[in-house]
Amino acid sequence: MKKSSNRILSTFESFCYRFRYVFAVLFLVLTFAVPFMGLSMVNIQLLTLIALYAMLGMGLNVLIGYTGLVSLGHAGFYAIGAYTCALLMTKLSVNFWIALLLAGVFTAFIGFLLGLPSLRLSGSYLSIVTLGFCEVVNMILKQWESVTNGNYGVRGIPKPTVFGFQLTMFNGWLLVLILLLMGITGVACLAMRNSNTGRAWRAIKDDELAAGMMGINTSRYKILSFVVSAFITGIAGGFYCVTRDYIEPNNFVFNTSILILSVVIVGGLGTIRGMIFGAALLQLFPQWFRFLNEWRFVVYGLLLVLMMLFRPQGALGWRSTQPYHLSKYARKMLADKGEPEAPQPPARQ
Amino acid sequence: MAYALVAVGYSLVFGILRLINFAHGSIFAFGSYMVFLFYSLGVPMIPAILIALVLSGLLAFGMDKITLEPLRKKNSETITYLITTVGVSFIIQNTLSVQYVFTSERQVFPSTNVFPPISIGNVTIQSSQLIMFVVALILLVILTLVVNKTKMGLAMRATEQNSKAAKLMGVNVNRVIAFTFFMGGASAAIAGALYSGYYQVVYPTMGYLIGLKAFAAAVVGGIGILYGSVVGGLVVGIGECLAAQYIGSNVRDPMAFVILIVILIIKPNGLFGKKGITKV
Amino acid sequence: MSFLDAKNITMQFGGLTAVDGATFHVDKGEIVSLIGPNGAGKTTVFNMLTGVYHITSGEMTFEGQDLTKMIPQDIVKIGISRTFQNLRLFPKMRVIENVLVGTHIRNKYNFWDSLLRTPRFRREEAEHTVRAIEILRSIGLDHLRDAFADSLPYGEQRKLEIARAIATDAKLILLDEPAAGMNPAESAELLRFIRELKDKGYTILLIEHDMSVVMNISDRIYVLDHGKMIAEGLPQEIANNPRVIEAYLGGVQKNAESD
Repeated sequence: MKKSSNRILSTFESFCYRFRYVFAVLFLVLTFAVPFMGLSMVNIQLLTLIALYAMLGMGLNVLIGYTGLVSLGHAGFYAIGAYTCALLMTKLSVNFWIALLLAGVFTAFIGFLLGLPSLRLSGSYLSIVTLGFCEVVNMILKQWESVTNGNYGVRGIPKPTVFGFQLTMFNGWLLVLILLLMGITGVACLAMRNSNTGRAWRAIKDDELAAGMMGINTSRYKILSFVVSAFITGIAGGFYCVTRDYIEPNNFVFNTSILILSVVIVGGLGTIRGMIFGAALLQLFPQWFRFLNEWRFVVYGLLLVLMMLFRPQGALGWRSTQPYHLSKYARKMLADKGEPEAPQPPARQ
Repeated sequence: MAYALVAVGYSLVFGILRLINFAHGSIFAFGSYMVFLFYSLGVPMIPAILIALVLSGLLAFGMDKITLEPLRKKNSETITYLITTVGVSFIIQNTLSVQYVFTSERQVFPSTNVFPPISIGNVTIQSSQLIMFVVALILLVILTLVVNKTKMGLAMRATEQNSKAAKLMGVNVNRVIAFTFFMGGASAAIAGALYSGYYQVVYPTMGYLIGLKAFAAAVVGGIGILYGSVVGGLVVGIGECLAAQYIGSNVRDPMAFVILIVILIIKPNGLFGKKGITKV
Repeated sequence: MSFLDAKNITMQFGGLTAVDGATFHVDKGEIVSLIGPNGAGKTTVFNMLTGVYHITSGEMTFEGQDLTKMIPQDIVKIGISRTFQNLRLFPKMRVIENVLVGTHIRNKYNFWDSLLRTPRFRREEAEHTVRAIEILRSIGLDHLRDAFADSLPYGEQRKLEIARAIATDAKLILLDEPAAGMNPAESAELLRFIRELKDKGYTILLIEHDMSVVMNISDRIYVLDHGKMIAEGLPQEIANNPRVIEAYLGGVQKNAESD
């Protein structure tokens, strides 16, 4: 039973891998076809939210899934990104694209600052600090009225334009934008994962002390992880603000952090496919279970608990069944040395 | 002082499991609700509190048995425990809101959020704070005695230091942990009743903010150390008052976290926390 | 000036002195063993050398560089690498990735290179991958290259730790009980592999309980008891040293009593 399911998985994975460029092109074609598909407003909104939360999930995944640092305050980064972008656009009339980039950079800087305590705190303590961070951000948004407008929120956020053409929710081009952002983030995350940086992160997650003994500057990589995670979340926040006419502090509370966390956990820690699946599931869930009324959230909590009991690695959190991918360069180098490429059994003497 | 009461509960559980019990805040609210429920059914105050105390204790106990014990058996990662308690917290908190909308209580108390004041003689609101203070102290003394003087307490401390070794020495680790959860839940119920008695409100999400702040207090004092929780609660409470007075009433709520972050950066294990030696 | 030089190194934890003024040295190209009864402080010595603990007093130098103030990362960089008595692999990473983590400090490409997959990234990554495969082949783990570390049997995990330590390009490798948990055939093979390492120019400091391994392989042996160096010399000298025999037999007696 287990064997056969493994074989199916393995076939599926190698199929996905072989046609990855085809899938990428297909994704791009479908993305740009969105405005011409005549989707209803409800569906556009739903898809936008899914893509947005997938991106938020990827951001948090860098921290939890790769480096193993549990943040409970990502709504704080999300808020900083959204407010930075919104305020730059409304108060200083900065162009959206520049504002979006600056939102990412500024959030990354805050991520750097929040990363500093992570050097001294571990596990649960760090989680609590991130949680406190989220509360403090929320307080600043509410109190610093001269800049953030307090509880009233930032209103009249303009829509982004490309050569005078406006991207809105209504014409579907904002959905195109977030799908592209999500795609880029996903590819970038995979690129980081399968590199020196990603290996250092995962080594820290598995055994921080051993990672240090292998010469990994654990402090630097932990902070880098915070910075990258915050950057992605900040960009997502910047995008979020233009999907709406106004934003207010209550859009970014503890429950938002938990929702992002749930995306990561339900989908599958450390994977990209899981982020998209988790976001889709958690966004569709309230739609499908509307009839449950207030019980909806009870069921939601139940879902989390059951998930942890029976599939803690997340819905799509399986380990790859594929062999480690040797790059073209590596294969060539082995061939040049006259060594075989396939794994060799040990020489017996 | 209310923080100290709730913080003790966090501290108990964290002390043994190294786990932040996110459901603690909701159990606190649950306890308060139960008191409210039984009181409105005509049960006098003190028995109502006692019933709520047992029920909350059982709730926490059941939560551990049903959701956390299987995880311990599987040797799960820390994050799974964390998410589980968040899930449980969601369940409790939202069940409370559902029940509140649909039960007949709504008609009995048209102003739904008002908790009948605790009537012990003809005391004023100030005295409810006094009660809170006294009860917190008594509770702390009782818990300290339990932890330090009883056989169960010895088992608790053994489990805290090395649960594997404790198990080999014949300690029923799961029972110890379940007992700890029970005590944590019961103390949360007392805190909930007193808190609601003081502020005269009860609502499903009441445990959220106070839970977070109490946790901050527990960490500030050095989590897992009971008297540390009380000191932490005082530090946070006083810090809040000072901040409210000198900076503005609006900075009151996040003050706990500002204090927390500052203390943790200076002393990563809290004011009274102990530090361990790295073993390789 | 020796390759690795430790003079009077002392480690105290509170009132407890775990290592008490130990003095030893390792010359280039040697295999030196550190033996002693349980709790003698052998692993503590490794922890001191690799910067896990900050030594209380004494001097340690490696190729003339002062080790006492260095942090673990820097110690790896100057060429000392180790394995752990209680395995500390990266369990959720593949075997080859574990070895690649070992090559981490030899990486010269930066974060942006990896994000943009520049030619520099591709070339270096390929070089390290090939090197990792070569190391795995030499230690006989290549057939498990794609497996995840936590799925390996105990003996193979030990080998993987050694492979990972070699991948750092260390000149001095500290092996903490590499043969523990291996059957005689496996430990014989390990012996052969350690000799090969010596032939390739590596220097090895070894903690080991298996006397057949120690006596066969060591150029010199140090004996540690209760944190003090009680003997030093060639294998046959140590085997006949009355103090060593007493330390070991005494240890056995104590164990017998406590049982």
